[in-house]
Amino acid sequence: MLAQRLSLGLVTLFVISLIIFLGVSLLPGDAAQAMLGQSATPETVAALRLQMGLDQPGYLRYFSWLGGILQGDFGISISNQRQIGELLGGRFANTLFLAVMAAIISVPIALTLGILAALYRNSVYDRLVNVITLSSISTPEFFVAYILILVFAVNLGWFPSLANVSPDTPFFARIYACILPATTLTLVVVAHMMRMTRAAIISLLASPYIEMAALKGIPKWQIIVRHALPNAWAPIINVIVINLAYLIVGVVIVEVVFVYPGLGQLLVDSVQRRDLPVVQACSLIFAATYVLLNLIADILSILTNPRLLHPK
Amino acid sequence: MTYLSAIWDDLNLSARIGLGIVLFFTTCGIFAPWLAPYSESQIVGDVWEPLFGEFFFGTDQIGRDLLSRLIFGARNTMALAIVSTAVSFTAGAVLGFIAATMSGRVDQVLSRIVDVCISIPTLIASLIVLSAVGTATQTLILVIGIIYALPVFRIARAVAMDIEVMDYVEAARLRGEGLWWLMRKEILPNALTPLAAEFGVRFCFVFLLIASLSFLGLGLQPPLADWGAMVRGNADGIAWGFLHPIMPAACIALLTIGINLLIDRWVHKASGLRDDQ
Repeated sequence: MLAQRLSLGLVTLFVISLIIFLGVSLLPGDAAQAMLGQSATPETVAALRLQMGLDQPGYLRYFSWLGGILQGDFGISISNQRQIGELLGGRFANTLFLAVMAAIISVPIALTLGILAALYRNSVYDRLVNVITLSSISTPEFFVAYILILVFAVNLGWFPSLANVSPDTPFFARIYACILPATTLTLVVVAHMMRMTRAAIISLLASPYIEMAALKGIPKWQIIVRHALPNAWAPIINVIVINLAYLIVGVVIVEVVFVYPGLGQLLVDSVQRRDLPVVQACSLIFAATYVLLNLIADILSILTNPRLLHPK
Repeated sequence: MTYLSAIWDDLNLSARIGLGIVLFFTTCGIFAPWLAPYSESQIVGDVWEPLFGEFFFGTDQIGRDLLSRLIFGARNTMALAIVSTAVSFTAGAVLGFIAATMSGRVDQVLSRIVDVCISIPTLIASLIVLSAVGTATQTLILVIGIIYALPVFRIARAVAMDIEVMDYVEAARLRGEGLWWLMRKEILPNALTPLAAEFGVRFCFVFLLIASLSFLGLGLQPPLADWGAMVRGNADGIAWGFLHPIMPAACIALLTIGINLLIDRWVHKASGLRDDQ
Protein backbone atom coordinates (compact mmCIF):
# COMPACT_ATOMS: atom_id res chain seq x y z
CA MET A 1 0.00 0.00 0.00
CA LEU A 2 2.66 2.43 1.12
CA ALA A 3 5.13 1.46 -1.58
CA GLN A 4 2.37 1.66 -4.16
CA ARG A 5 1.39 5.17 -3.10
CA LEU A 6 5.03 6.31 -3.02
CA SER A 7 5.74 5.02 -6.52
CA LEU A 8 2.53 6.61 -7.80
CA GLY A 9 3.75 9.90 -6.33
CA LEU A 10 7.09 9.61 -8.09
CA VAL A 11 5.41 8.77 -11.40
CA THR A 12 3.10 11.76 -10.93
CA LEU A 13 6.06 14.09 -10.35
CA PHE A 14 7.77 12.75 -13.46
CA VAL A 15 4.65 13.16 -15.60
CA ILE A 16 4.11 16.68 -14.25
CA SER A 17 7.63 17.66 -15.27
CA LEU A 18 6.83 16.24 -18.69
CA ILE A 19 3.54 18.15 -18.93
CA ILE A 20 5.15 21.42 -17.85
CA PHE A 21 7.90 20.94 -20.40
CA LEU A 22 5.50 19.98 -23.20
CA GLY A 23 2.99 22.67 -22.25
CA VAL A 24 5.57 25.38 -22.59
CA SER A 25 7.92 24.12 -25.26
CA LEU A 26 6.08 22.13 -27.85
CA LEU A 27 2.85 24.06 -28.21
CA PRO A 28 1.93 25.73 -31.52
CA GLY A 29 4.50 28.10 -32.91
CA ASP A 30 7.93 28.61 -31.56
CA ALA A 31 8.77 29.85 -28.09
CA ALA A 32 11.46 32.19 -29.42
CA GLN A 33 9.09 33.74 -31.96
CA ALA A 34 6.34 34.04 -29.37
CA MET A 35 8.62 35.79 -26.91
CA LEU A 36 10.01 38.30 -29.37
CA GLY A 37 6.69 39.02 -31.07
CA GLN A 38 5.80 39.32 -34.74
CA SER A 39 8.02 42.33 -35.39
CA ALA A 40 11.29 40.54 -34.58
CA THR A 41 13.81 40.11 -37.38
CA PRO A 42 14.58 36.52 -38.45
CA GLU A 43 18.18 36.95 -37.23
CA THR A 44 17.22 37.79 -33.62
CA VAL A 45 14.72 34.92 -33.58
CA ALA A 46 17.40 32.54 -34.83
CA ALA A 47 19.87 33.82 -32.21
CA LEU A 48 17.34 33.31 -29.41
CA ARG A 49 16.47 29.87 -30.73
CA LEU A 50 20.13 28.96 -30.53
CA GLN A 51 20.45 30.39 -27.01
CA MET A 52 17.41 28.43 -25.83
CA GLY A 53 18.66 25.30 -27.54
CA LEU A 54 15.52 25.12 -29.68
CA ASP A 55 17.53 23.73 -32.59
CA GLN A 56 17.85 20.43 -30.73
CA PRO A 57 15.11 17.77 -30.83
CA GLY A 58 12.46 17.91 -28.09
CA TYR A 59 13.37 14.80 -26.11
CA LEU A 60 17.02 15.90 -25.82
CA ARG A 61 15.93 19.30 -24.51
CA TYR A 62 13.61 17.64 -22.00
CA PHE A 63 16.28 15.38 -20.55
CA SER A 64 18.90 18.10 -20.36
CA TRP A 65 16.31 20.38 -18.66
CA LEU A 66 15.27 17.70 -16.17
CA GLY A 67 18.87 16.64 -15.56
CA GLY A 68 19.82 20.26 -14.89
CA ILE A 69 16.97 20.72 -12.40
CA LEU A 70 17.90 17.56 -10.51
CA GLN A 71 21.35 19.11 -10.06
CA GLY A 72 19.90 22.46 -9.02
CA ASP A 73 20.47 24.17 -12.37
CA PHE A 74 17.21 25.71 -13.56
CA GLY A 75 18.68 27.42 -16.62
CA ILE A 76 18.90 31.10 -17.47
CA SER A 77 16.13 33.67 -17.42
CA ILE A 78 15.35 35.11 -20.85
CA SER A 79 14.35 38.57 -19.66
CA ASN A 80 17.31 39.43 -17.44
CA GLN A 81 19.89 36.75 -18.31
CA ARG A 82 20.40 35.73 -14.68
CA GLN A 83 20.63 32.22 -13.28
CA ILE A 84 17.07 31.16 -12.40
CA GLY A 85 18.37 29.34 -9.32
CA GLU A 86 19.51 32.68 -7.86
CA LEU A 87 16.09 34.25 -8.53
CA LEU A 88 14.25 31.37 -6.91
CA GLY A 89 16.20 30.81 -3.69
CA GLY A 90 15.19 33.81 -1.56
CA ARG A 91 11.72 34.01 -3.07
CA PHE A 92 10.87 30.41 -2.28
CA ALA A 93 11.94 31.02 1.33
CA ASN A 94 9.65 34.09 1.44
CA THR A 95 6.69 32.13 0.08
CA LEU A 96 7.27 29.34 2.59
CA PHE A 97 7.52 31.89 5.41
CA LEU A 98 4.15 33.36 4.47
CA ALA A 99 2.48 29.96 4.04
CA VAL A 100 3.86 28.62 7.32
CA MET A 101 2.77 31.74 9.17
CA ALA A 102 -0.75 31.42 7.75
CA ALA A 103 -0.78 27.72 8.67
CA ILE A 104 0.28 28.39 12.26
CA ILE A 105 -2.60 30.85 12.64
CA SER A 106 -5.25 28.92 10.74
CA VAL A 107 -4.82 25.28 11.84
CA PRO A 108 -5.73 25.71 15.55
CA ILE A 109 -8.63 28.07 14.72
CA ALA A 110 -10.04 25.73 12.08
CA LEU A 111 -9.77 22.63 14.26
CA THR A 112 -11.44 24.29 17.24
CA LEU A 113 -14.27 25.75 15.16
CA GLY A 114 -14.74 22.49 13.26
CA ILE A 115 -14.97 20.35 16.39
CA LEU A 116 -17.37 22.84 17.99
CA ALA A 117 -19.57 22.86 14.88
CA ALA A 118 -19.64 19.05 14.90
CA LEU A 119 -20.49 18.96 18.61
CA TYR A 120 -23.30 21.48 18.39
CA ARG A 121 -24.49 20.49 14.94
CA ASN A 122 -27.82 21.86 13.73
CA SER A 123 -27.63 24.57 16.39
CA VAL A 124 -27.77 28.26 15.53
CA TYR A 125 -23.98 28.40 15.87
CA ASP A 126 -23.57 25.56 13.38
CA ARG A 127 -25.91 27.13 10.82
CA LEU A 128 -24.26 30.52 11.17
CA VAL A 129 -20.84 28.96 10.69
CA ASN A 130 -22.16 27.03 7.69
CA VAL A 131 -23.36 30.18 5.91
CA ILE A 132 -20.22 32.15 6.79
CA THR A 133 -17.83 29.44 5.62
CA LEU A 134 -19.84 28.80 2.46
CA SER A 135 -19.57 32.51 1.66
CA SER A 136 -15.90 32.68 2.42
CA ILE A 137 -15.15 29.62 0.25
CA SER A 138 -16.88 31.28 -2.69
CA THR A 139 -15.03 34.56 -2.23
CA PRO A 140 -11.94 35.31 -4.31
CA GLU A 141 -8.74 35.89 -2.29
CA PHE A 142 -8.29 39.40 -3.64
CA PHE A 143 -11.70 40.52 -2.35
CA VAL A 144 -10.74 39.55 1.21
CA ALA A 145 -7.31 41.09 0.70
CA TYR A 146 -8.57 44.49 -0.48
CA ILE A 147 -11.17 44.68 2.28
CA LEU A 148 -8.43 44.03 4.84
CA ILE A 149 -6.18 46.64 3.21
CA LEU A 150 -8.99 49.19 3.17
CA VAL A 151 -9.89 48.67 6.82
CA PHE A 152 -6.59 47.93 8.55
CA ALA A 153 -4.04 49.68 6.34
CA VAL A 154 -5.82 52.72 4.87
CA ASN A 155 -8.50 53.61 7.42
CA LEU A 156 -6.96 52.44 10.70
CA GLY A 157 -3.33 52.58 9.61
CA TRP A 158 -2.32 49.66 11.83
CA PHE A 159 -0.49 47.56 9.27
CA PRO A 160 1.36 48.29 6.01
CA SER A 161 -0.66 47.70 2.83
CA LEU A 162 2.38 46.46 0.92
CA ALA A 163 4.40 43.59 2.31
CA ASN A 164 7.89 44.87 1.56
CA VAL A 165 10.54 42.50 2.82
CA SER A 166 14.17 42.15 1.81
CA PRO A 167 16.71 39.46 2.77
CA ASP A 168 18.01 41.57 5.67
CA THR A 169 14.60 42.39 7.20
CA PRO A 170 14.66 41.33 10.86
CA PHE A 171 12.35 38.49 11.92
CA PHE A 172 9.73 40.50 13.80
CA ALA A 173 9.57 43.24 11.16
CA ARG A 174 8.98 40.46 8.66
CA ILE A 175 6.09 39.09 10.70
CA TYR A 176 4.64 42.59 11.03
CA ALA A 177 4.83 43.10 7.24
CA CYS A 178 3.20 39.73 6.64
CA ILE A 179 0.25 40.14 9.00
CA LEU A 180 -2.30 41.23 6.39
CA PRO A 181 -1.27 38.69 3.71
CA ALA A 182 -1.22 35.91 6.31
CA THR A 183 -4.64 36.95 7.62
CA THR A 184 -6.05 36.89 4.09
CA LEU A 185 -4.76 33.37 3.55
CA THR A 186 -6.05 32.33 6.97
CA LEU A 187 -9.56 33.60 6.27
CA VAL A 188 -9.66 31.78 2.95
CA VAL A 189 -8.29 28.49 4.21
CA VAL A 190 -9.99 28.27 7.63
CA ALA A 191 -13.42 27.86 6.03
CA HIS A 192 -12.27 24.88 3.98
CA MET A 193 -10.40 23.27 6.81
CA MET A 194 -13.17 23.61 9.39
CA ARG A 195 -15.86 22.27 7.04
CA MET A 196 -13.69 19.23 6.38
CA THR A 197 -12.96 18.79 10.11
CA ARG A 198 -16.66 19.01 10.87
CA ALA A 199 -17.52 16.44 8.20
CA ALA A 200 -14.77 14.08 9.40
CA ILE A 201 -15.98 14.18 13.00
CA ILE A 202 -19.67 13.92 12.12
CA SER A 203 -19.15 10.87 9.93
CA LEU A 204 -17.31 9.34 12.87
CA LEU A 205 -20.05 10.22 15.36
CA ALA A 206 -22.49 8.20 13.27
CA SER A 207 -20.58 4.95 13.90
CA PRO A 208 -22.05 2.26 16.23
CA TYR A 209 -19.34 2.34 18.92
CA ILE A 210 -19.99 6.04 19.54
CA GLU A 211 -23.70 5.34 19.83
CA MET A 212 -22.83 2.57 22.30
CA ALA A 213 -20.79 5.01 24.38
CA ALA A 214 -23.64 7.51 24.33
CA LEU A 215 -26.11 4.82 25.40
CA LYS A 216 -23.84 3.89 28.29
CA GLY A 217 -24.35 7.46 29.49
CA ILE A 218 -20.83 8.81 29.11
CA PRO A 219 -20.70 12.64 29.09
CA LYS A 220 -20.55 14.28 25.68
CA TRP A 221 -17.06 15.76 25.96
CA GLN A 222 -15.68 12.42 27.08
CA ILE A 223 -17.17 10.69 24.04
CA ILE A 224 -15.43 13.20 21.80
CA VAL A 225 -12.06 13.21 23.55
CA ARG A 226 -11.73 9.53 24.51
CA HIS A 227 -13.68 7.74 21.79
CA ALA A 228 -14.00 9.90 18.71
CA LEU A 229 -10.75 11.86 18.59
CA PRO A 230 -8.28 8.92 18.44
CA ASN A 231 -10.02 7.72 15.28
CA ALA A 232 -10.47 11.22 13.93
CA TRP A 233 -6.78 12.09 13.88
CA ALA A 234 -6.18 10.46 10.51
CA PRO A 235 -8.85 12.43 8.63
CA ILE A 236 -7.92 15.61 10.50
CA ILE A 237 -4.22 15.31 9.65
CA ASN A 238 -5.33 14.70 6.09
CA VAL A 239 -7.41 17.87 6.14
CA ILE A 240 -4.50 19.93 7.48
CA VAL A 241 -1.98 18.73 4.92
CA ILE A 242 -4.39 19.13 2.00
CA ASN A 243 -5.01 22.68 3.09
CA LEU A 244 -1.30 23.38 3.38
CA ALA A 245 -1.10 22.33 -0.26
CA TYR A 246 -3.95 24.71 -0.99
CA LEU A 247 -2.12 27.50 0.88
CA ILE A 248 0.97 27.08 -1.29
CA VAL A 249 -1.12 27.73 -4.39
CA GLY A 250 -3.45 30.35 -2.89
CA VAL A 251 -0.35 32.33 -2.09
CA VAL A 252 0.02 33.34 -5.76
CA ILE A 253 -2.87 35.84 -5.76
CA VAL A 254 -2.11 37.11 -2.26
CA GLU A 255 1.52 37.81 -3.17
CA VAL A 256 0.41 39.81 -6.20
CA VAL A 257 -2.05 41.91 -4.16
CA PHE A 258 0.50 42.73 -1.44
CA VAL A 259 3.47 42.96 -3.85
CA TYR A 260 5.24 40.39 -1.68
CA PRO A 261 8.54 39.21 -3.20
CA GLY A 262 7.67 35.50 -3.32
CA LEU A 263 7.59 32.75 -5.89
CA GLY A 264 4.00 33.46 -6.94
CA GLN A 265 4.78 37.05 -7.82
CA LEU A 266 7.77 35.86 -9.87
CA LEU A 267 5.58 33.30 -11.66
CA VAL A 268 2.94 35.88 -12.62
CA ASP A 269 5.54 38.43 -13.73
CA SER A 270 7.28 35.81 -15.85
CA VAL A 271 4.01 34.71 -17.45
CA GLN A 272 3.32 38.31 -18.44
CA ARG A 273 6.88 38.73 -19.79
CA ARG A 274 6.64 35.27 -21.42
CA ASP A 275 9.92 34.34 -19.77
CA LEU A 276 9.28 30.65 -20.35
CA PRO A 277 12.27 29.08 -18.52
CA VAL A 278 11.29 30.94 -15.32
CA VAL A 279 7.62 29.96 -15.78
CA GLN A 280 8.71 26.33 -16.10
CA ALA A 281 10.88 26.48 -12.99
CA CYS A 282 8.29 28.26 -10.82
CA SER A 283 5.37 26.10 -11.87
CA LEU A 284 7.45 22.96 -11.39
CA ILE A 285 8.22 24.01 -7.81
CA PHE A 286 4.57 24.89 -7.12
CA ALA A 287 3.21 21.69 -8.65
CA ALA A 288 5.85 19.53 -6.97
CA THR A 289 5.16 21.07 -3.53
CA TYR A 290 1.45 20.52 -4.06
CA VAL A 291 1.90 16.91 -5.15
CA LEU A 292 4.35 16.18 -2.33
CA LEU A 293 2.00 17.57 0.32
CA ASN A 294 -0.88 15.50 -1.05
CA LEU A 295 1.43 12.49 -1.07
CA ILE A 296 2.33 13.16 2.58
CA ALA A 297 -1.37 13.43 3.42
CA ASP A 298 -2.05 10.03 1.88
CA ILE A 299 0.98 8.42 3.51
CA LEU A 300 0.03 9.81 6.94
CA SER A 301 -3.49 8.51 6.61
CA ILE A 302 -2.14 5.08 5.67
CA LEU A 303 0.30 5.14 8.60
CA THR A 304 -2.32 6.18 11.14
CA ASN A 305 -4.80 3.56 9.97
CA PRO A 306 -3.83 -0.04 10.86
CA ARG A 307 -6.47 -1.38 8.46
CA LEU A 308 -4.72 0.29 5.53
CA LEU A 309 -1.23 -0.51 6.81
CA HIS A 310 -1.89 -4.25 6.96
CA PRO A 311 -4.24 -5.03 4.07
CA LYS A 312 -5.59 -8.56 3.88
CA MET B 1 -46.60 28.06 -13.67
CA THR B 2 -47.57 25.48 -11.06
CA TYR B 3 -44.30 23.74 -11.82
CA LEU B 4 -42.36 26.94 -11.13
CA SER B 5 -44.23 27.59 -7.89
CA ALA B 6 -43.58 24.00 -6.82
CA ILE B 7 -39.85 24.59 -7.27
CA TRP B 8 -40.14 27.87 -5.36
CA ASP B 9 -41.89 26.15 -2.44
CA ASP B 10 -39.15 23.53 -2.34
CA LEU B 11 -36.42 26.16 -1.84
CA ASN B 12 -35.42 27.23 1.65
CA LEU B 13 -34.70 30.83 2.57
CA SER B 14 -30.98 30.82 1.69
CA ALA B 15 -31.70 29.15 -1.66
CA ARG B 16 -34.30 31.85 -2.43
CA ILE B 17 -31.78 34.57 -1.65
CA GLY B 18 -29.30 32.78 -3.91
CA LEU B 19 -31.86 32.56 -6.71
CA GLY B 20 -32.56 36.28 -6.39
CA ILE B 21 -28.87 37.15 -6.66
CA VAL B 22 -28.34 34.90 -9.67
CA LEU B 23 -31.43 36.27 -11.48
CA PHE B 24 -30.32 39.84 -10.76
CA PHE B 25 -26.87 39.38 -12.31
CA THR B 26 -28.27 37.36 -15.22
CA THR B 27 -30.73 40.14 -16.04
CA CYS B 28 -27.92 42.69 -15.85
CA GLY B 29 -25.84 40.56 -18.20
CA ILE B 30 -28.57 39.89 -20.77
CA PHE B 31 -29.89 43.45 -20.95
CA ALA B 32 -26.52 45.16 -20.45
CA PRO B 33 -26.70 47.54 -23.46
CA TRP B 34 -30.13 48.83 -22.36
CA LEU B 35 -29.42 49.01 -18.63
CA ALA B 36 -25.99 50.62 -18.72
CA PRO B 37 -26.04 54.44 -18.85
CA TYR B 38 -22.82 54.57 -20.92
CA SER B 39 -20.84 52.19 -23.13
CA GLU B 40 -18.12 50.02 -21.58
CA SER B 41 -15.19 51.80 -23.24
CA GLN B 42 -16.43 55.41 -23.31
CA ILE B 43 -14.46 57.89 -21.18
CA VAL B 44 -17.09 60.08 -19.54
CA GLY B 45 -15.45 61.91 -16.67
CA ASP B 46 -12.40 62.45 -14.53
CA VAL B 47 -10.28 59.71 -12.97
CA TRP B 48 -11.90 58.04 -9.92
CA GLU B 49 -14.87 60.33 -9.51
CA PRO B 50 -16.52 59.66 -6.13
CA LEU B 51 -19.33 57.17 -5.61
CA PHE B 52 -22.96 58.35 -5.65
CA GLY B 53 -22.01 61.69 -7.21
CA GLU B 54 -22.64 62.56 -10.85
CA PHE B 55 -21.98 58.89 -11.68
CA PHE B 56 -23.74 56.34 -9.48
CA PHE B 57 -20.66 54.22 -8.74
CA GLY B 58 -18.13 56.87 -9.80
CA THR B 59 -15.60 56.39 -12.57
CA ASP B 60 -12.64 54.03 -12.94
CA GLN B 61 -8.89 54.61 -13.27
CA ILE B 62 -9.16 56.25 -16.69
CA GLY B 63 -12.54 57.91 -16.25
CA ARG B 64 -15.00 55.31 -17.57
CA ASP B 65 -18.37 54.96 -15.83
CA LEU B 66 -17.95 52.20 -13.23
CA LEU B 67 -21.63 51.21 -13.08
CA SER B 68 -21.74 50.66 -16.85
CA ARG B 69 -18.57 48.63 -16.72
CA LEU B 70 -19.92 46.52 -13.87
CA ILE B 71 -23.05 45.77 -15.90
CA PHE B 72 -21.09 44.93 -19.04
CA GLY B 73 -18.66 42.99 -16.85
CA ALA B 74 -21.55 40.80 -15.68
CA ARG B 75 -22.25 40.00 -19.32
CA ASN B 76 -18.62 39.34 -20.39
CA THR B 77 -17.41 37.47 -17.31
CA MET B 78 -20.50 35.29 -16.96
CA ALA B 79 -20.61 34.48 -20.67
CA LEU B 80 -16.95 33.46 -20.59
CA ALA B 81 -17.53 31.26 -17.54
CA ILE B 82 -20.67 29.63 -18.98
CA VAL B 83 -19.02 28.82 -22.31
CA SER B 84 -15.90 27.44 -20.57
CA THR B 85 -17.98 25.30 -18.22
CA ALA B 86 -20.01 24.03 -21.19
CA VAL B 87 -16.79 23.07 -22.99
CA SER B 88 -15.51 21.25 -19.91
CA PHE B 89 -18.81 19.38 -19.46
CA THR B 90 -19.01 18.35 -23.10
CA ALA B 91 -15.43 17.09 -23.18
CA GLY B 92 -15.51 15.58 -19.69
CA ALA B 93 -18.88 13.88 -20.06
CA VAL B 94 -18.15 12.39 -23.50
CA LEU B 95 -14.80 10.98 -22.33
CA GLY B 96 -16.27 9.82 -19.01
CA PHE B 97 -19.12 8.00 -20.79
CA ILE B 98 -16.68 6.45 -23.25
CA ALA B 99 -14.51 5.22 -20.37
CA ALA B 100 -17.51 3.74 -18.56
CA THR B 101 -19.13 2.11 -21.60
CA MET B 102 -16.01 0.71 -23.22
CA SER B 103 -14.34 -0.15 -19.86
CA GLY B 104 -11.23 -2.36 -19.96
CA ARG B 105 -8.07 -0.86 -21.37
CA VAL B 106 -9.63 2.39 -22.63
CA ASP B 107 -10.99 3.09 -19.16
CA GLN B 108 -7.65 2.25 -17.53
CA VAL B 109 -5.65 4.55 -19.81
CA LEU B 110 -8.06 7.50 -19.61
CA SER B 111 -8.43 7.22 -15.83
CA ARG B 112 -4.69 7.04 -15.18
CA ILE B 113 -4.05 10.10 -17.38
CA VAL B 114 -6.73 12.04 -15.53
CA ASP B 115 -5.41 10.89 -12.12
CA VAL B 116 -2.03 12.36 -12.87
CA CYS B 117 -3.17 15.56 -14.58
CA ILE B 118 -5.68 16.38 -11.86
CA SER B 119 -2.87 16.59 -9.32
CA ILE B 120 -1.61 19.83 -10.88
CA PRO B 121 -3.31 22.81 -9.22
CA THR B 122 -5.67 24.51 -11.69
CA LEU B 123 -4.29 28.04 -11.36
CA ILE B 124 -0.72 26.82 -11.96
CA ALA B 125 -1.81 24.63 -14.88
CA SER B 126 -3.62 27.51 -16.57
CA LEU B 127 -0.69 29.87 -15.99
CA ILE B 128 1.68 27.37 -17.63
CA VAL B 129 -0.47 26.88 -20.70
CA LEU B 130 -1.58 30.49 -21.11
CA SER B 131 2.02 31.71 -20.92
CA ALA B 132 2.78 29.51 -23.90
CA VAL B 133 -0.31 29.95 -26.08
CA GLY B 134 -1.29 33.53 -25.29
CA THR B 135 -4.60 34.85 -24.00
CA ALA B 136 -6.94 35.20 -26.96
CA THR B 137 -10.54 34.63 -25.81
CA GLN B 138 -10.88 31.35 -27.73
CA THR B 139 -7.69 29.89 -26.24
CA LEU B 140 -8.77 31.03 -22.78
CA ILE B 141 -12.07 29.16 -23.13
CA LEU B 142 -10.36 26.08 -24.51
CA VAL B 143 -7.65 25.97 -21.83
CA ILE B 144 -10.07 26.43 -18.91
CA GLY B 145 -12.51 23.99 -20.51
CA ILE B 146 -9.86 21.29 -20.81
CA ILE B 147 -8.50 21.84 -17.29
CA TYR B 148 -11.96 21.51 -15.76
CA ALA B 149 -12.88 18.59 -18.02
CA LEU B 150 -10.71 16.42 -15.74
CA PRO B 151 -12.91 16.51 -12.60
CA VAL B 152 -16.02 16.32 -14.83
CA PHE B 153 -14.57 13.18 -16.42
CA ARG B 154 -14.32 11.53 -12.99
CA ILE B 155 -17.89 12.39 -12.03
CA ALA B 156 -19.34 11.47 -15.42
CA ARG B 157 -17.48 8.17 -15.35
CA ALA B 158 -18.69 7.34 -11.86
CA VAL B 159 -22.29 8.23 -12.74
CA ALA B 160 -22.17 6.30 -16.01
CA MET B 161 -20.65 3.25 -14.31
CA ASP B 162 -23.77 2.97 -12.13
CA ILE B 163 -26.07 3.26 -15.13
CA GLU B 164 -24.01 1.00 -17.34
CA VAL B 165 -24.78 -2.11 -15.26
CA MET B 166 -28.56 -1.62 -15.60
CA ASP B 167 -30.57 -4.23 -17.46
CA TYR B 168 -31.84 -1.84 -20.10
CA VAL B 169 -28.27 -0.95 -21.09
CA GLU B 170 -27.48 -4.64 -21.31
CA ALA B 171 -30.59 -5.12 -23.46
CA ALA B 172 -29.49 -2.33 -25.79
CA ARG B 173 -26.04 -3.90 -26.03
CA LEU B 174 -27.55 -7.29 -26.94
CA ARG B 175 -29.72 -5.56 -29.51
CA GLY B 176 -26.45 -4.60 -31.12
CA GLU B 177 -26.60 -0.84 -30.55
CA GLY B 178 -23.32 1.02 -31.08
CA LEU B 179 -21.28 2.98 -28.55
CA TRP B 180 -22.72 6.33 -29.62
CA TRP B 181 -26.32 5.12 -29.20
CA LEU B 182 -25.57 3.65 -25.77
CA MET B 183 -24.05 6.92 -24.61
CA ARG B 184 -26.68 9.20 -26.07
CA LYS B 185 -29.94 7.25 -25.67
CA GLU B 186 -29.31 5.05 -22.65
CA ILE B 187 -26.78 6.72 -20.37
CA LEU B 188 -27.12 10.46 -21.00
CA PRO B 189 -30.83 10.84 -20.10
CA ASN B 190 -30.26 9.14 -16.73
CA ALA B 191 -27.00 10.93 -15.99
CA LEU B 192 -28.46 14.36 -16.70
CA THR B 193 -29.79 15.18 -13.22
CA PRO B 194 -26.61 14.45 -11.21
CA LEU B 195 -24.53 16.18 -13.88
CA ALA B 196 -26.78 19.26 -13.79
CA ALA B 197 -26.18 19.68 -10.05
CA GLU B 198 -22.48 19.33 -10.72
CA PHE B 199 -22.68 22.03 -13.41
CA GLY B 200 -23.51 24.64 -10.78
CA VAL B 201 -20.59 23.64 -8.57
CA ARG B 202 -18.14 23.61 -11.47
CA PHE B 203 -19.45 26.92 -12.78
CA CYS B 204 -18.43 28.52 -9.47
CA PHE B 205 -14.92 27.08 -9.68
CA VAL B 206 -14.55 28.13 -13.32
CA PHE B 207 -15.90 31.58 -12.52
CA LEU B 208 -13.42 32.05 -9.66
CA LEU B 209 -10.54 30.77 -11.80
CA ILE B 210 -11.44 33.21 -14.58
CA ALA B 211 -11.68 36.02 -12.03
CA SER B 212 -8.24 35.13 -10.67
CA LEU B 213 -6.72 34.88 -14.14
CA SER B 214 -8.14 38.19 -15.28
CA PHE B 215 -7.04 39.73 -12.00
CA LEU B 216 -3.54 38.56 -12.92
CA GLY B 217 -3.89 40.21 -16.33
CA LEU B 218 -4.51 37.03 -18.32
CA GLY B 219 -8.25 37.23 -18.89
CA LEU B 220 -10.30 39.19 -21.40
CA GLN B 221 -8.24 41.91 -23.00
CA PRO B 222 -9.12 45.63 -22.57
CA PRO B 223 -11.22 47.62 -23.31
CA LEU B 224 -13.70 44.76 -22.67
CA ALA B 225 -15.06 45.09 -19.15
CA ASP B 226 -14.16 42.14 -16.95
CA TRP B 227 -14.65 42.07 -13.18
CA GLY B 228 -11.30 40.53 -12.29
CA ALA B 229 -9.34 42.90 -14.51
CA MET B 230 -11.34 45.86 -13.13
CA VAL B 231 -10.21 45.00 -9.60
CA ARG B 232 -6.58 45.04 -10.72
CA GLY B 233 -7.01 48.19 -12.80
CA ASN B 234 -8.54 50.16 -9.95
CA ALA B 235 -6.28 48.62 -7.30
CA ASP B 236 -4.07 51.72 -6.91
CA GLY B 237 -7.11 53.68 -5.74
CA ILE B 238 -7.18 51.66 -2.52
CA ALA B 239 -4.25 53.70 -1.19
CA TRP B 240 -6.57 56.74 -1.03
CA GLY B 241 -9.33 54.69 0.56
CA PHE B 242 -11.44 54.57 -2.63
CA LEU B 243 -14.04 51.81 -2.82
CA HIS B 244 -13.66 51.45 -6.61
CA PRO B 245 -11.57 48.25 -6.64
CA ILE B 246 -13.85 46.68 -4.03
CA MET B 247 -16.98 47.04 -6.20
CA PRO B 248 -16.13 44.51 -8.95
CA ALA B 249 -14.56 42.17 -6.37
CA ALA B 250 -17.80 42.35 -4.38
CA CYS B 251 -19.77 41.47 -7.54
CA ILE B 252 -17.61 38.37 -8.04
CA ALA B 253 -18.06 37.35 -4.41
CA LEU B 254 -21.80 38.06 -4.40
CA LEU B 255 -22.49 36.06 -7.56
CA THR B 256 -20.52 33.00 -6.43
CA ILE B 257 -22.12 33.13 -2.98
CA GLY B 258 -25.53 33.36 -4.67
CA ILE B 259 -24.87 30.32 -6.84
CA ASN B 260 -23.53 28.36 -3.87
CA LEU B 261 -26.55 29.20 -1.73
CA LEU B 262 -28.84 28.18 -4.55
CA ILE B 263 -27.22 24.82 -5.23
CA ASP B 264 -26.11 23.95 -1.68
CA ARG B 265 -29.30 22.05 -0.83
CA TRP B 266 -29.57 20.50 -4.24
CA VAL B 267 -26.01 19.16 -4.17
CA HIS B 268 -26.64 17.90 -0.69
CA LYS B 269 -29.69 15.97 -1.83
CA ALA B 270 -28.08 14.69 -5.03
CA SER B 271 -24.96 13.43 -3.25
CA GLY B 272 -27.10 11.49 -0.78
CA LEU B 273 -24.98 12.77 2.10
CA ARG B 274 -26.69 12.25 5.40
CA ASP B 275 -24.48 14.48 7.40
CA ASP B 276 -27.12 16.07 9.60
CA GLN B 277 -29.43 13.70 11.35
